[in-house]
Amino acid sequence: MAVVFQAIGADTALSSTNLFVSKRTHFSYRQSLPERKTSVCAVRSNGISFSGLNSRGRKAEPLITNAVATKAESPTASAASKPGHELLLYEALREGLDEEMERDPTVWVLGEDVGHYGGSYKVTKGLAEKYGDLRVLDTPICENSFTGMAIGAAMNGLRPIIEGMNMGFLLLAFNQISNNCGMLHYTSGGQFTIPVVIRGPGGVGRHLGPEHSQRLESYFQSIPGIQMVACSTPYNAKGLMKAAIRSKNPVIFFEHVLLYNIKERIPDEEYVLNLEEAEMVRPGEQVTILTYSRMRYHVMQAAQTLVNKGYDPEVIDIRSLKPFDLYTIGNSVKKTHKVLIVEECMQTGGIGASLMAAIDENFHDYLDARIVCLSSQNVPTPYPGKLEEQTLVQPPKIVTAVEQLCASTGSCQ
Amino acid sequence: MASAFYTINTIQPGHRTANKTFNNPNSPFLGSSRKLRLVPFSNTIQSAASVRRQSTIVAVSSSDVVKKKKTNSSFSHSDLLITREEGLELFEDMVLGRGFEDMCAQMYYRGKMFGFVHLYNGQEAVSTGFIKLLTKEDSVVSTYRDHVHALSKGVPARQVMSELFGKTTGCCRGQGGSMHMFSKEFNVLGGFAFIGEGIPVATGAAFTSKYRREVLKEADSDHVTLAFFGDGTCNNGQFFECLNMAALWKLPIVFVVENNLWAIGMSHLRATSDPEIWKKGPAFGMPGVHVDGMDVLKVREVAKEAIGRARRGEGPTLIECETYRFRGHSLADPDELRDPVEKSHYATRDPITALKKYMFEHNLAKEDEFKAIEKKIEEMMEDAVEFADASPLPPRPQLLENVFADPKGFGIGPDGRYRCEDPKFTQGTAHV
Repeated sequence: MAVVFQAIGADTALSSTNLFVSKRTHFSYRQSLPERKTSVCAVRSNGISFSGLNSRGRKAEPLITNAVATKAESPTASAASKPGHELLLYEALREGLDEEMERDPTVWVLGEDVGHYGGSYKVTKGLAEKYGDLRVLDTPICENSFTGMAIGAAMNGLRPIIEGMNMGFLLLAFNQISNNCGMLHYTSGGQFTIPVVIRGPGGVGRHLGPEHSQRLESYFQSIPGIQMVACSTPYNAKGLMKAAIRSKNPVIFFEHVLLYNIKERIPDEEYVLNLEEAEMVRPGEQVTILTYSRMRYHVMQAAQTLVNKGYDPEVIDIRSLKPFDLYTIGNSVKKTHKVLIVEECMQTGGIGASLMAAIDENFHDYLDARIVCLSSQNVPTPYPGKLEEQTLVQPPKIVTAVEQLCASTGSCQ
Repeated sequence: MASAFYTINTIQPGHRTANKTFNNPNSPFLGSSRKLRLVPFSNTIQSAASVRRQSTIVAVSSSDVVKKKKTNSSFSHSDLLITREEGLELFEDMVLGRGFEDMCAQMYYRGKMFGFVHLYNGQEAVSTGFIKLLTKEDSVVSTYRDHVHALSKGVPARQVMSELFGKTTGCCRGQGGSMHMFSKEFNVLGGFAFIGEGIPVATGAAFTSKYRREVLKEADSDHVTLAFFGDGTCNNGQFFECLNMAALWKLPIVFVVENNLWAIGMSHLRATSDPEIWKKGPAFGMPGVHVDGMDVLKVREVAKEAIGRARRGEGPTLIECETYRFRGHSLADPDELRDPVEKSHYATRDPITALKKYMFEHNLAKEDEFKAIEKKIEEMMEDAVEFADASPLPPRPQLLENVFADPKGFGIGPDGRYRCEDPKFTQGTAHV
């Protein structure tokens, strides 16, 4: 069983020496958890456990699709063959940025405090010293205009990576993102491409208040012409970042404030993941749980509880929020016939709502029960911690939902 | 470096009031009333403090420039602004712009083009005055009033007309329409429907020029970008944000304000606390220049200096062109708000007649040459309309093309293949 890492508090940029585990994990197998302040537990994105202990003795299978293969997308093989190196998610992002900037001199980063300050979450730390002030550009505080500027540069052959210091700030850039980023390729009849990456931390943090806790994926999802991905582990963060930078399409890359300090061992050799594919986190037979970003960890924690109770959930991190990987999702639905979606964005008009519609449209006949979607409450995220917790989907709620779902179809255990 | 911006004219505040009285309606070149006041000007702003001291930096009347200008031409007149060839080129470009827009109006009322069409009649001096100084690699960014900017930059009239008719042979395959003229070949970067939205794009194009020179080490990268926009845009945040960034990084861009006094039905004076837009340049550390936008020669002089500045890496310039649109905001606008006195005043300052007059007076061309040019343009317009009429409408598959540069963005379908790999995908029968 994969180790689930419970998200750590990280309301400001934390260095790796300052980590702490906010909640105790329940796992029974051996791991080093000496005291409260400890280094984080590593997560295997492909479901392979460290200790080899697994309640059903099953090893995870690598994701297989018929889609166009990308090179080196075989996490099992590559991870097992070489030792790899351990790092935190924000370092993985930085590695991805660094490698791409080295490889292609037209790649550049812009945003508030990305240069001399190193990025408010340290994702771009050290890059300005290496590449100079023009390639890692500290902008004034004018999201709409500097996003537009990046789009103008992209039209002229450069490859900008726009950082929103917090994804919520990109609401100010909505004009440029919707009209120019998404549509300009089409409006110009294909003459100009906009290979931008718009990235930044979003999601609900710890006591950050309503405006810094926004989830913009639901607002952006209708914009035609853009792709959206959400990373959740260092492995997929680096791989997706590289893919997003290399893509000719504009990509909005969602990171999460509380996931920057996740540690994982990733391969030494270069790898690029597929922007449009979902990730099989834990194969199972009984129920399909679809999730992304931070909720993956809540789901995995719930999954451990469920496994202990004798259930067999299949967990898929959809990663690609637009477009959906209907192949991976469809295969899972055809197998389990029950779907639970766990997401962090609001219930109204969220990613889950679109996913429910897509699954119902394509796989209605395979479903034994209605699709259940657990989302955040439709409220501004409150400041006090207990209330903030209540706006999100917590693992016990996921466990209950799965139990109810299985009970309703009479197919548990 | 010698600068043309060394003489100052200040515009008297409130010289353009709602109840306008126009001085000198018979003199096409003087425009607004001004007092001449000489104040020294420095065009390298070193610090915010010096900016404040220099806040009277302002405008130029190109007739002042002309008096001091030395000419290398072989003509005996010492104050000729253009050669014969240049004059004819400018004339032809303006007649092209005017003729095209008039043809657009005809075609619109005949039901050949649709939606929002914004015509440029009366403002040709700005487009011609600036864009004819550019090279092919320089970029132009405009707003929805962009037909003439595209034409001046070199986009063939056929392509622009086809685009307006919505045909596949249009410069944007018919997908953009009147408000979205793009041309990669001629570096026309749009064509934007929301005002202000193009200014950051122009700033980005200018940034690319600087990036190519400094990071990619392309030594010949000195391309200049011109951003055209109106008086209404000058109250928009993106305008100010881009003035700041352009001046901060000394980007090779020229901000050209086509102040035609009206934003649909909103008078500039009712919308703006300080209507003198050129003054906003020095606030950001760049020269602000006011010029008579109905006079192509004055515009050209000012443009030369500004474009030269940008090309030399000295940074941006804000140029306010006082101009006027003879037609309504768009072809759907009944144009009832504007005072007929105002309209007739500016009609006497028609830039095409003014240029013709100048060239006659200086014996640069004869009437039959002008007639020949006008005839040539007429024929070009007929040809453009015929071409557009004969061109095919976009087929159904074109709906899904160009949404993504990489069509893998449509995702993986339930069968495991990328949707775009389905041969029937663009015909729209495949599920999206």
